[in-house]
Amino acid sequence: MRKESKEPLIHITKRRGVPWQKAWLIRIIAIALALVICAIVTTAATGLDPVGVYGTMLEGAFGTERKVWILGKETAVLLCISIAMAPAFRMKFWNLGGEGQVLIGAWMTAACMIVLGDSLPGPLLILVMLISSILIGALWAGIPAFFKAKWNTNETLFTLMMNYVAIQLVAYYIIVWESPKGSGKVGIINQMTRSGWLPSIGNYQYLLNILIVALLTAGIYIYLQYSKHGYEISVVGESQSTARYVGIKVERVIIRTLLLSGGLCGLCGFLMVAGTDHTITTTLAGGRGFLGVMVAWLAQFNPLAMVLVSLLLCVLSRGAGEISTAYGLNQSFGDILTGIILFCIIGSEFFINYKIHFRKSAGGKLEPPAGKEGTEHV
Amino acid sequence: MRNITKTFGTIVANDNVSLDIYKGEILSLLGENGSGKTTLMNMLSGIYFPDGGQIYIDGKPVSISSPREAFDYGIGMIHQHFKLVDVFTAAENIVLGLEEKGRLDLNRAGEKIRKICDTYGFDVDPEQKIYNMSVSQKQTVEIVKVLYRGADILILDEPTAVLTPQEAEKLFAVLRNMKKDGKTVVIITHKLHEVEEISDRVAVLRKGKYVGEMITSQTNAQEMTNMMVGREVILNIDRPEPVNPRPRIEVKDLTVRSSDNVLKLDEVSFTANAGEILGIAGISGCGQKELLEAIAGLQTVESGSIRYIEDDGSSESLIGKDPLQIASMGVSLSFVPEDRLGMGLVGSMDLTDNMMLRSFRKGRSVFTDRKTPKKLAEKVVDELEVNTPGVSTPVRRLSGGNVQKVLVGREIASSPTVLLSAYAVRGLDINSSYMIYNLLNKQKKNGVAVVYVGEDLDVLLELCDRILVLCGGRVSGIVDGKTADKNRVGMMMTRLGGGDFE
Repeated sequence: MRKESKEPLIHITKRRGVPWQKAWLIRIIAIALALVICAIVTTAATGLDPVGVYGTMLEGAFGTERKVWILGKETAVLLCISIAMAPAFRMKFWNLGGEGQVLIGAWMTAACMIVLGDSLPGPLLILVMLISSILIGALWAGIPAFFKAKWNTNETLFTLMMNYVAIQLVAYYIIVWESPKGSGKVGIINQMTRSGWLPSIGNYQYLLNILIVALLTAGIYIYLQYSKHGYEISVVGESQSTARYVGIKVERVIIRTLLLSGGLCGLCGFLMVAGTDHTITTTLAGGRGFLGVMVAWLAQFNPLAMVLVSLLLCVLSRGAGEISTAYGLNQSFGDILTGIILFCIIGSEFFINYKIHFRKSAGGKLEPPAGKEGTEHV
Repeated sequence: MRNITKTFGTIVANDNVSLDIYKGEILSLLGENGSGKTTLMNMLSGIYFPDGGQIYIDGKPVSISSPREAFDYGIGMIHQHFKLVDVFTAAENIVLGLEEKGRLDLNRAGEKIRKICDTYGFDVDPEQKIYNMSVSQKQTVEIVKVLYRGADILILDEPTAVLTPQEAEKLFAVLRNMKKDGKTVVIITHKLHEVEEISDRVAVLRKGKYVGEMITSQTNAQEMTNMMVGREVILNIDRPEPVNPRPRIEVKDLTVRSSDNVLKLDEVSFTANAGEILGIAGISGCGQKELLEAIAGLQTVESGSIRYIEDDGSSESLIGKDPLQIASMGVSLSFVPEDRLGMGLVGSMDLTDNMMLRSFRKGRSVFTDRKTPKKLAEKVVDELEVNTPGVSTPVRRLSGGNVQKVLVGREIASSPTVLLSAYAVRGLDINSSYMIYNLLNKQKKNGVAVVYVGEDLDVLLELCDRILVLCGGRVSGIVDGKTADKNRVGMMMTRLGGGDFE
């Protein structure tokens, strides 16, 4: 009945307190590994020189001054959405409604521009656009938050559904506002008068957006890290019963935080319409409401890390676009490479948190304690 | 077991431990929290795999990499937290995971279970669902489950922590029967009187290292404690005379229902005096939690009153007020809840951030002040001898005793007038437990009304001035700590008023 069994070949233990240098070393190894795998896949699938492909990717992201500005603009949008997610996610409120909250803010901005464009003086119009877009974004997130706080409804589904409401609403108004009639598009709003357009700083059209988002990032970082509100958010996120135990009003914190989160998304919609696009489409957010969720997770809800992560994602996506045009490849190929790189980066977190031990089957012999024997990662 | 080593990250849980377990004996494995008792036994039962060293069974080297393989070697472990499916019957739970040939025959399994029960004197109904069972019955199911799988070596991890004295007696009787049958029992514990009562031999671990072993009959509690702690420890709990006792909290006809409308407290009345420790005894889940939470303003109350009485005799109702409102009344009420990391503290936050949980609202600034809490954290670490790498370590990384010291340290830092504590020493080793007892006594001497919900009757009887016994949400009686008899209190816990059966 008793059988001889072998020692397990691999066993996994959890690490505790990895020094940050080691954590970064593992991440760098992961990126290097990702580049190697991408190179193999590139050569095998297309026969192209991988180094050239990487060069083209970087070219696509940083090649010209204009490309750098576009990269900055894209990063700012993604970062702004991620920043907006940060407070809610710190509280473990899974707001998947970023897409809808951005879109509804953009819709409100466009509505103000179209309806009030000729009747209000410029600065006042911009102020009205700004406030109304923040308010409606806050409302869009506040409704699910209210239901969550009062009746503990599932915020993931609720916020997700709110996206579709926003998209359909925008789709309806695009037909109402379409210009020229029958085109199915809104076109550039107030192209002649430029009323409601955010001013550009010097000749740099995107600079204002980038600066605003940079300020927001710093602001949210300080808010979460050092303010009493930020502290309450962390406590509620970790344990609602601890929060109640020390007298934090959990319902109030949930609603307050989501008003902030949604308001920032609405602001993001405002920046996109008033600052750069000057038009509205149903795909304005373009999935970035969800991409922002990923950025927030990858950055582990730290606003400063979000800057790096959103930059990385934008570089990858701009680079992927470039290689598909430069080499006449399918757009999907760039996405494959992006996927491999992300997979390796996310996968590296496993090796930061866990240690893998390999052992050779050694019969009945005593083995030296682990630690002296090298333990490897990857 | 020879030269067993197990590390978790940088923490060495077992360092070169060698331990012999003989056939047909009852061995107590004794040690403070974090001394590696459970880890060592987990390696024997296949939950963990040792990083170094070798396990031999009957002289042959073996390798145990899963609980299933452990069962093949006849080793079974009963864990502190039961691993049973609530909606299944006892029999279904017992056969769960066994891959016997042929179709599942619960009747046959039931017969086999009854046979095991008759042999050793268990009392289990194979048809009974787990959710209808008491803690002690669930434990019995776990033990039968292990025996059903043909285990010769049984490992029990702190089996009596959840039992009343009477239930523990029953368990010990069963264990003795098993020993007679030639089975080997390893019992992990840190209750010394149990070691003396049940075991043949005792092995002591300290800080992951094997310290030594003794024949139980040739040693005594003092010697074992010293070995376990590594220095001389005084084993008596002080009970200073109450200081100027006067009513502080008056509870009258308190009735509480849980959210699913189950009656948790039924017309409970008592008075907690300042300068006195009031013990609350009862089988777990008898309303202790609800009682403390009702006083702390965390539980909705159906009827009755809770009044806070000032020194000058004026009183105010605490009902319908949340913790913040209670604090704003000028009532300094501290509460050490049962669920330390889930309620009292935030596990992922460091010591400093946990210190400010109570005080972060102070001041008008929108920003938090971390300097004062940091100083407080350093003070608590220093005075209560908290074993931590620093004040910026997440409390989750600390061991149970140190977590409790952080929590108690914070709660008494606000110089409370009422201190509620639930299972303040649960899972704590002797050393930390005594430190907590001393802290409570110090509060008592300062004129604080201390409420101590406990599970170890010996401690309750030694520490508390008066003991309120709860039974099923009702007051079974209030006894004087100095004169009360342990068995009598045990009876009161299971029957209202403690009357005999019939």
